[in-house]
Amino acid sequence: MTGMRGLSVFISDIRNCQNKEAERLRVDKELGNIRTCFKNEKVLTPYKKKKYVWKMLYIHMLGYDVDFGHMEAVSLISAPKYPEKQVGYIVTSCLLNENHDFLRLAINTVRNDIIGRNETFQCLALTLVGNIGGRDFAESLAPDVQKLLISSSCRPLVRKKAALCLLRLFRKNPDAVNVDGWADRMAQLLDERDLGVLTSSTSLLVALVSNNHEAYSSCLPKCVKILERLARNQDVPQEYTYYGIPSPWLQVKAMRALQYFPTIEDPSTRKALFEVLQRILMGTDVVKNVNKNNASHAVLFEALSLVMHLDAEKEMMSQCVALLGKFISVREPNIRYLGLENMTRMLMVTDVQDIIKKHQSQIITSLKDPDISIRRRALDLLYGMCDVSNAKDIVEELLQYLSTAEFSMREELSLKAAILAEKFAPDLSWYVDVILQLIDKAGDFVSDDIWFRVVQFVTNNEDLQPYAASKAREYLDKIAIHETMVKVSAYILGEYGHLLARQPGCSPSELFSILHEKLPTISTPSIPILLSTYAKLLMHTQPPDPELQKKVWAVFKKYESCIDVEIQQRAVEYFELSKKGAAFMDVLAEMPKFPERQSSLIKKAEDVEDTADQSAIKLRAQQQPSNALVLADPQLVSGAPPPLKVPSVSGSMQDPQSVARSISQPNGTLSNVDPHNPSPDLLSDLLGPLAIEAPPGGVSTDQHSPIGAEGVPDDVDGSAIVPVGEQTNTVEVIGNIAERFHALCLKDSGVLYEDPYIQIGIKAEWRGHHGRLVLFLGNKSTSPLTSVQAIILPPAHLKLELSPVPDTIPPRAQVQSPLEVMNIRPSRDVAVLDFSYKFGTNMVSAKLRIPAVLNKFLQPLQLTSEEFFPQWRALSGPPLKLQEVVRGVRPLALPEMANLFNSFRVMICPGLDPNPNNLVASTTFYSEITGAMLCLARIETDPADRTQLRMTVGSGDPTLTFELKEFIKEHLITIPMGSRALVPAPVAAPVAQPPSQAALADDPGAMLAGLL
Amino acid sequence: MIHFVLLVSRQGKVRLTKWYSPYTQKERSKVIRELSGVILNRGPKLCNFVEWRGYKVVYKRYASLYFCMCIDQEDNELEVLEIIHHYVEILDRYFGSVCELDLIFHFHKAYYILDELLIAGELQESSKKTIARIVSAHDQVVEAAKEEAGSISNIIAQATK
Repeated sequence: MTGMRGLSVFISDIRNCQNKEAERLRVDKELGNIRTCFKNEKVLTPYKKKKYVWKMLYIHMLGYDVDFGHMEAVSLISAPKYPEKQVGYIVTSCLLNENHDFLRLAINTVRNDIIGRNETFQCLALTLVGNIGGRDFAESLAPDVQKLLISSSCRPLVRKKAALCLLRLFRKNPDAVNVDGWADRMAQLLDERDLGVLTSSTSLLVALVSNNHEAYSSCLPKCVKILERLARNQDVPQEYTYYGIPSPWLQVKAMRALQYFPTIEDPSTRKALFEVLQRILMGTDVVKNVNKNNASHAVLFEALSLVMHLDAEKEMMSQCVALLGKFISVREPNIRYLGLENMTRMLMVTDVQDIIKKHQSQIITSLKDPDISIRRRALDLLYGMCDVSNAKDIVEELLQYLSTAEFSMREELSLKAAILAEKFAPDLSWYVDVILQLIDKAGDFVSDDIWFRVVQFVTNNEDLQPYAASKAREYLDKIAIHETMVKVSAYILGEYGHLLARQPGCSPSELFSILHEKLPTISTPSIPILLSTYAKLLMHTQPPDPELQKKVWAVFKKYESCIDVEIQQRAVEYFELSKKGAAFMDVLAEMPKFPERQSSLIKKAEDVEDTADQSAIKLRAQQQPSNALVLADPQLVSGAPPPLKVPSVSGSMQDPQSVARSISQPNGTLSNVDPHNPSPDLLSDLLGPLAIEAPPGGVSTDQHSPIGAEGVPDDVDGSAIVPVGEQTNTVEVIGNIAERFHALCLKDSGVLYEDPYIQIGIKAEWRGHHGRLVLFLGNKSTSPLTSVQAIILPPAHLKLELSPVPDTIPPRAQVQSPLEVMNIRPSRDVAVLDFSYKFGTNMVSAKLRIPAVLNKFLQPLQLTSEEFFPQWRALSGPPLKLQEVVRGVRPLALPEMANLFNSFRVMICPGLDPNPNNLVASTTFYSEITGAMLCLARIETDPADRTQLRMTVGSGDPTLTFELKEFIKEHLITIPMGSRALVPAPVAAPVAQPPSQAALADDPGAMLAGLL
Repeated sequence: MIHFVLLVSRQGKVRLTKWYSPYTQKERSKVIRELSGVILNRGPKLCNFVEWRGYKVVYKRYASLYFCMCIDQEDNELEVLEIIHHYVEILDRYFGSVCELDLIFHFHKAYYILDELLIAGELQESSKKTIARIVSAHDQVVEAAKEEAGSISNIIAQATK
């Protein structure tokens, strides 16, 4: 073992550096040295070059940038001699990843090494491709690698590398391995005697069967054979036993492969496998040696999942549960962790819930473990096993734990506690207790959804109202209470405080003064709630109390000139209303019942955890709620928004008489007579600005609107994509497709489409002009979805490749389908996904726009004035620099406009323009034709008229300039659906809408936007 | 699959990184920073698994060094824990009771040996003997090439180039 002196000296120097600064100086010196040497090829011996490239890897590990040397590392790959070539291969595969363009330069050399005769070169090349090969490699090298893997003249050394290299290529492009010829070859590979080759080949098999188990069914008995061979320790060389266990890794892989086959038909194979499994289950003991213990339990846990998968005989299942019960009570933390994790998976299998419940106290102990990993598992398991019988105990444990839990867990904890309390409450008052305690103990972590939900329950259950009101009153006596508690108690006391009137301390004026004490402690967005409560208290005071009236009016007067529009409006309106007597009573009558719908909390929990496939959340969502908490009659809410805001008296209210009538209907008769069904948004509307926080699909957008109703007038985009005439489906879409699309245009992951059976999520990564999207198709139902089809209709400027989507999605399964995107040239056209499936006999189809839009290929860039102005001047005029006066702009304050620009990655450069009413922005656009291209923009606004502005856009490419200008214009004129809640509706709507609609009619840019 | 391997010292110094999934330079630094924060702060006697951003990180401490491997949620944690130990045993056999200094001054060997153990984030070889054989064969090739380069005729050839 000999080293390189220069390298060792350098490392010693670095180690002797006293501080980071000294290290940086030493590194900079070395980098300077390396740069000079690379420039002077003549004196650079292969040995020196090799040494420098190693140094670069070391410097890279220290965290410094060595981009300049990538080329040198790659060029060493084509060195003729092994020592240099080896360094080139190893360092390249450490410094670069599959997306680096330099890698393409090496493809030919790599291929020559793979098909060449030199075994050591073959090994190096296969290792590189196996570690960082991308799609390009998959397309050009897969056949060569396959040849090596099945070649009889190659040594195991090469073949095992070929197997894993092929696995990588398959992952990058599943089409690279042609199923037809390969299934038989794969089966033959499993007869391999060399355990190194067999281990690698089995890894390859796992990937292949996970994609298509039917094609590889001939491999199933071979996997069982391998397991038998290992279990009996037949023909296993000593060097392949690990602490006395015949290759535990190979055992695990073989069992993993078997879990991708739905069942095992052949009785003799099944019997043989069960014998092996039985042996593993019974024969694994806890031993002293840690490594032996770990290895044997790795095998045991894999066997457990295989047994669960095969849904074996009852006896074997109960053995598994017994084992898991043992594991969750051992001291060894790894085993306990895995015991809890697998017990949660076990919940998926029916019939075991009762046995698992016996371990409840043990699981609760783990909730107090010092290790957060274990606590997380325990929480998930408790959440999964909770039902009506044990909800009280479990939820109370969670509440207790809440006070000591670390911050990172509190939000999850409070969400889970709230869901369990809602689903399994033995009685409603307990539910109210739990939520109020939750807010009291962890107010910061209780999202708005949680308290919206408790308000809905209280509203819908008359019996509950006095109880909730007295509880809310109790909490107000506490000295310091959380703002959320102020909001929820104010709301409840406003609605139902009068029910307590006879109790001490609960007269309207007493309620008013105790609530008003809290007002200075809360933030501006919460004040409107208190104002509403004051108005309601006043209304309920019979006979009128002049003293109280004076106080309340004083408050309204005070806020009449408040800078916050929402507060101001309420203060003015309530003040006027409160003078109106009977009309006041009508408008402020009790809130009607809320229509029933899926708890937004559960949806939220699903969103949070959609990475965890087996998570208990999924299971939870399937279960029926307890009978205790049934909301009002389920009713279909019409897609159109309700025509009014309850406390509003502004112009949008066209028929105040009928409105007042519908609002003042007594509870309970609503579904029978009322033509104006209140939207489920009532609460969030009332709470105005608070609703902004709610996630899409949460309270404010959670409408059960049928697809056809998408075509409401302001929903231009939605109706264009789902033409009513083409409807074959009768399912209800959950959420608004257009809104989801708009949201996804500005972020990189989220839900693209959802209906009762399927949810399509999307996750995207953008790099230069490339994009990689993954579609997550999740079957929500308990039956398979069949005839699944996904076709991409690409516009001319994008190259799109969607990996094939399987024909069937099994129940509750999620399939992922990567979609590669390449941007060829600038354009605002949008790609469309034509998606369809069958549920039962019902054909459902949807055309969904893919959020691979222009701004995804932008990279924000902040320029200084020295950089900006020379570029700006260099763009002399049309067609590279275009100017346009845009009218009918949605009125936005300058900071809001700046945010809008930044949100689509056009970066505002503050301070560049001397005029404070102007904005200057820059960004880089990437496409194949233009390459990376700098784009500049300037917006000159008119403070006197916010609906018009002058816009100048420039770039080095005329098409790009035009497209970008139009793109920005679209965003300035149209009102993106997602952010509508940001505009205080009653005030802004009448002002903003007419001009923007006028603009839609005659502006070509806006018309284009409508047609998309 | 294993998405990356990370060796980091108790002081947070990186001793080896190997990425099997594509991470940009920026993401790599972020991952290293974030994970060393999580793992170095874990006390003794806790389990060897950390849940992190929808993945699991299996780690084990050997003297002053933490060996970490990031895997998918549904992967077999104990199997990966023993891959770590397997790697340590191979290093130990190669260097003769390996210590952190060996891995600092011979980091290139550590990378090279790792390439014989894992490819594409999957285990390639589970026999320590086989790996030792391959590694020493390669050392010999490098050695032979060096001797050849140092021979008189080669020095003359270099000088007269």
